[in-house]
Amino acid sequence: MLKFEHVNYDYGQGTEMVVHALRDINLEIHDGEFIGLIGHTGSGKSTLVQHMNGLTRATSGQIYLDGEAIYADGFSMKELRRRVGLVFQYPEHQLFEIDVLSDVCFGPKNMGLTEEEAKEEAKAALKLVGLGEEYYTRSPFELSGGQKRRTAIAGVLAMKPQMLILDEPTAGLDPQGREEILNLVASLREQTGMTVVLISHSMEDVAQYVSRIVVMNRGEIAFDAKPQEVFRHYQELEEMGLAAPQVTYALYGLKNMGLDVDTELITLEDAADNIVGALAKRKAGQKRDEESIASHDILCTEATANEPCGADAAVSGEGKDSL
Amino acid sequence: MIRDITLGQYYQTDSVIHRLDPRVKLAGTVLFLIDLFLIQNVWGYLIATAALATVIHLSRVPFGYIIRGLKSIMILLMITVVFNLFLTEGTVIFKIWIIQVTWEGLRTAVFMAWRLIMLIIGTSLMTFTTTPNQLTDGMEKGLRPLKYLKVPVHEVAMMMSIALRFIPILLEETDKIMKAQQARGADFESGNLFDKAKALVPLLVPLFISAFRRANDLALAMEARCYRGGEGRTKMNPLIYNRTDKMAYLLIFAFMAVDIFVGRFF
Repeated sequence: MLKFEHVNYDYGQGTEMVVHALRDINLEIHDGEFIGLIGHTGSGKSTLVQHMNGLTRATSGQIYLDGEAIYADGFSMKELRRRVGLVFQYPEHQLFEIDVLSDVCFGPKNMGLTEEEAKEEAKAALKLVGLGEEYYTRSPFELSGGQKRRTAIAGVLAMKPQMLILDEPTAGLDPQGREEILNLVASLREQTGMTVVLISHSMEDVAQYVSRIVVMNRGEIAFDAKPQEVFRHYQELEEMGLAAPQVTYALYGLKNMGLDVDTELITLEDAADNIVGALAKRKAGQKRDEESIASHDILCTEATANEPCGADAAVSGEGKDSL
Repeated sequence: MIRDITLGQYYQTDSVIHRLDPRVKLAGTVLFLIDLFLIQNVWGYLIATAALATVIHLSRVPFGYIIRGLKSIMILLMITVVFNLFLTEGTVIFKIWIIQVTWEGLRTAVFMAWRLIMLIIGTSLMTFTTTPNQLTDGMEKGLRPLKYLKVPVHEVAMMMSIALRFIPILLEETDKIMKAQQARGADFESGNLFDKAKALVPLLVPLFISAFRRANDLALAMEARCYRGGEGRTKMNPLIYNRTDKMAYLLIFAFMAVDIFVGRFF
């Protein structure tokens, strides 16, 4: 468990322009949790995670890892960094070795493992991110963008952290690459039982994966709750320059139009089913005729037509108008 | 660490000196340096010091800030003073064992230190009051006559401004990669010299790659905007001398004439 107690971080001390990057952060991250850390650019989310593995030192406050204060004398930062793995934004920019396997070995070797042990860990990590033996001897610089990123993530995984933090792992990837990385993170968590913190500025990305969302705004924690509860504040989120998922807008819009839908749903499929159900119920209440079946069919095909953006935008547009 | 060095940095404020045409400041600095090497007596030094003090006052750069820049040359200064003081032949003031101090030695040591300090302050005053871009602009225009000698003035100036522009970007990048490698357990601080050099590989390789990538992107962006060198290129804010600049030139030449006359013949 990782616990923040009244953590503050300022930079530019001693000059006229002191910036309070973090203000009185209190946060508890329990083992095995899957957390989405959301915030606008400059909200302090990257600074916050750099405190988690000791790369940045708090101006005041204390952080505890499994009850041990990390700023206490004799606490090993190296050990902290092994236990809390941090994957930076654009992690492929940190690759430097001549082949993939040696690059992934870098972390474990720094942790004092022998060449052989490090290789074992590296191979296991590469397997976790879905890179097979054929990649071991290839230069990391000739891989595709997504593969480079996987290699870099493996570089952190090879240290066997108990907690994995990913800073915008989907930045700069195409939709397919994004999906792949997010699915990879979800499956990693299932396989290893690690605590995972996923940083993003897109609710859409994290909504269907995480069990808890922490929203940062101007160096403070604005919300810390289940996704559904956070999305309820979609208007406040917008003021922070963030947005709830499209699905949430669509559902709230329909609800305001008088349709009895469940606004807590997050995935597109669930929402589509729910809307169809609600429509059917309303029709049934009015009059039972063939029309209900027809509209049911139309909505069904629309929702499952694998065009989430198009379908979504249409519905949410409608919803917003009625607001 | 690197940010603590004040020598050669720009100090943001608004003053007469800041507003001067960069060519005036460049020429003024060069002439001041020449002057420092031509004067020979204490009167010359006093006039130069007074002139420098006036410029510092006009520039509104805090004196403490300027002095901080001197720290980096402290050792050089000490060595110069010590060598001149003890190794110059002449009339002996006092002698202990084989160490002797002469009048001539004392004189050269003091003048040498005085000259060095003014040299550093004079040149750093130019960078304190001129942004790197202004400086390269000034150089480009000021050195234009060299074009007739087939010196690619515009290209050199462009390279300089690009290089200067990239310093903060590369610093930031270094910081980021350093942190990313530290997150993988890299240690940049402990170990002997050999270990430390080896620890730099995971930092330097990604840094070089990113520098090349950025250079590539920039070249492409410049080509896309039809950049073809200095030929026929105009400026948004062309450098034109105004009255203050002309006055400044006049003052600089007057100072030079008086100081060299006094400094050599009194």
